[in-house]
Amino acid sequence: MKKRQDRVDEMSQSTVQQKISGTPIGERRWHMNKNRREAFWGYVFVSPWIIGLALLTGGPLIASFILSLTDFNLVNPEAVRFVGIDNYVNLASDPLVRQGLLVTFKFAIIAIPVTMGASLGVALLVNSQRLFGRNIFRTLFYMPIQIPLVASTLVWIGFLNTKTGWLNAIIGMFGLQGPDWINSEAWIYPALTLIGLWGIGNFMLISLAGLQAVPTNLYEAARIDGAGAWVMFRRITIPLMSPILLYNLVICLITTFQYFTVAYVLTNGRGDPNNATLFINLDLFHEAFRDNRMGYAAAIGWLLFVIVLILTVALLGFARKRVYYAGGES
Amino acid sequence: MTTNSQSRPLSLADRGPVARSYRRYLGKASLTLFAVLILSVFLLPMLFMINTSLQHPSQRTTAGAPVYPAIAATGTYQGQTYPIYEVPMPDGTTRNLMLIEGLRESSTFVDPNDPSATPIEWQGRWRTLSQVWSFSPDIDNFTTVWSQLNFPRLLFNTAAVAILSTLGAVISSCLVAYGFARFRFPGKNIMFIVLLATIILPFQVTLIPTYIVFTRLGWNGTWLPLIVPHLFANAFNVFLLRQYFMSIPRDLDEAAMIDGASPFRILRSVILPLSVPAVVAVSLFHFFFAWNDFFVPLLYLSGVPDLQTLPIAIQQFNALYVTEPTLVQAAALMTMAVPVVIFFLAQGAFMRTVVITGVEK
Repeated sequence: MKKRQDRVDEMSQSTVQQKISGTPIGERRWHMNKNRREAFWGYVFVSPWIIGLALLTGGPLIASFILSLTDFNLVNPEAVRFVGIDNYVNLASDPLVRQGLLVTFKFAIIAIPVTMGASLGVALLVNSQRLFGRNIFRTLFYMPIQIPLVASTLVWIGFLNTKTGWLNAIIGMFGLQGPDWINSEAWIYPALTLIGLWGIGNFMLISLAGLQAVPTNLYEAARIDGAGAWVMFRRITIPLMSPILLYNLVICLITTFQYFTVAYVLTNGRGDPNNATLFINLDLFHEAFRDNRMGYAAAIGWLLFVIVLILTVALLGFARKRVYYAGGES
Repeated sequence: MTTNSQSRPLSLADRGPVARSYRRYLGKASLTLFAVLILSVFLLPMLFMINTSLQHPSQRTTAGAPVYPAIAATGTYQGQTYPIYEVPMPDGTTRNLMLIEGLRESSTFVDPNDPSATPIEWQGRWRTLSQVWSFSPDIDNFTTVWSQLNFPRLLFNTAAVAILSTLGAVISSCLVAYGFARFRFPGKNIMFIVLLATIILPFQVTLIPTYIVFTRLGWNGTWLPLIVPHLFANAFNVFLLRQYFMSIPRDLDEAAMIDGASPFRILRSVILPLSVPAVVAVSLFHFFFAWNDFFVPLLYLSGVPDLQTLPIAIQQFNALYVTEPTLVQAAALMTMAVPVVIFFLAQGAFMRTVVITGVEK
């Protein structure tokens, strides 16, 4: 071990000396080789991802687009016909697709602000210097996200049950009549949002990391200037946190458009009540794996992709001028 | 404690430092109390689950049953079992008595503590009386779920899939992250942007062709679709590991390189030993993801009970036993037991790493 260490020292010293004493003969050729060797190893190491990208992302992406122009099904794959843009034309007039998008948007409008607000609020709470046992609180607020979503959905279905659940029993103690959370077309979205609160863990942790990165001297300076808690939150915390809040928002948006498990478990994939939980993803699942209309389902997949892409780009564009990057524009 | 006793005889305003520390203590206590309140509401469904899973099914359909797991108390009289009721006596007291014979307007009761005494004749409608319940957690729900679901098999399947997929994901992500962190090669920046862009790609858009190909390969009904796709690294893991690898001083691997170590050797002997927290975090993230995943197992394993993982098995269980909440809640509790225990064991490493590395930032 010692011998090896010496050798390393010796050799690094000699390289340093070489560098100091100018370019020796042959340095250039050695450098070329080194670059080429470095690139070779770089490709070797990233190759698993490149292969995966080609086989599991790029290839399927193109294949999915081609499929979306056909009426492919798995029962009778030989009978596949090219149908042009028929699938996309049908999308526009399909009431189930319209319902799927409507449901997804309705849910997104309630769930995204509540999730973002709750995760930031909890992050502020568990970041406070004035809280005893902060780590315990952090752990417990984070924990539900690691529970299998199927299990937590079952727990919430029970908790929200109008007859045997606790939530309406508690509401009843205040003399009020709780809504029929699961079976009402209107209350199902608040109910799903409540269930979603058990998923704030990652957003909360990322916000927490962001809060801890805000330099404390800014708060001290503001306090000397007589700023109150709200002003400091509004003028220091929010601007410095804005890149992280944007990141959370983008991820929240994407996951909302992939909403599936809770909706599926809730009604065993039926989309009840009255298609109020027929999220676009559930509709895609029905088309592809129940009705075996693979081509049409591929078109729905592409529609979803384009919508998410447009929303993400719009969000990033909207945020460009409003997000503060401490390191300057990049 | 000391603050408390010192400040009691004083008016809060007249002693500066004491009053201030008392106020600070009070502020901390009230904020903590507030946090406890929020947390209790947040985790209340968990208590509901535990409570329900310990109840006997009949309790939920009996009017007047308490919230906590309980059974109706009974007593024995002349070799027969009778229910016990709270009976208001003419002298104003209430006694817990066994109902031996209930008629419309009068009934016969016996004191369960003293069965040999003369039976008490009671005037009134026994149907208006409430039964006596005694606290009694019932674990039959768990044993029922255990045998109905072939639970050991499911645990084994879920663990096997989660471990294999985690191994593949972590090893491949380490390799790729190392490539991005330490080597210069043409197209690297573009590739990295593409890598990050795959985060916003909804899985539905590649779902159909992947499903068709996996089915054609004969992988439908096997674990392969749950494991193989994770052997090719993924954006979140690579990004987190790359950030961590880049924070390790280059001098260390340059020294090893001069020493003649191959890049694989450097990754194994220099980079990875210094990145244990990040590797642990990525492994945990992926393990939980794989353990909890629902969509992919639903797609490929729905018809193969022997290979199923827990989440789809309990979804099907719920569809079957939807009218029996005690069983469903017991099944939910059993499904979350392993992830929750692992989470609490690993939470120290988990929370710290995530905050330090600013995961997914």
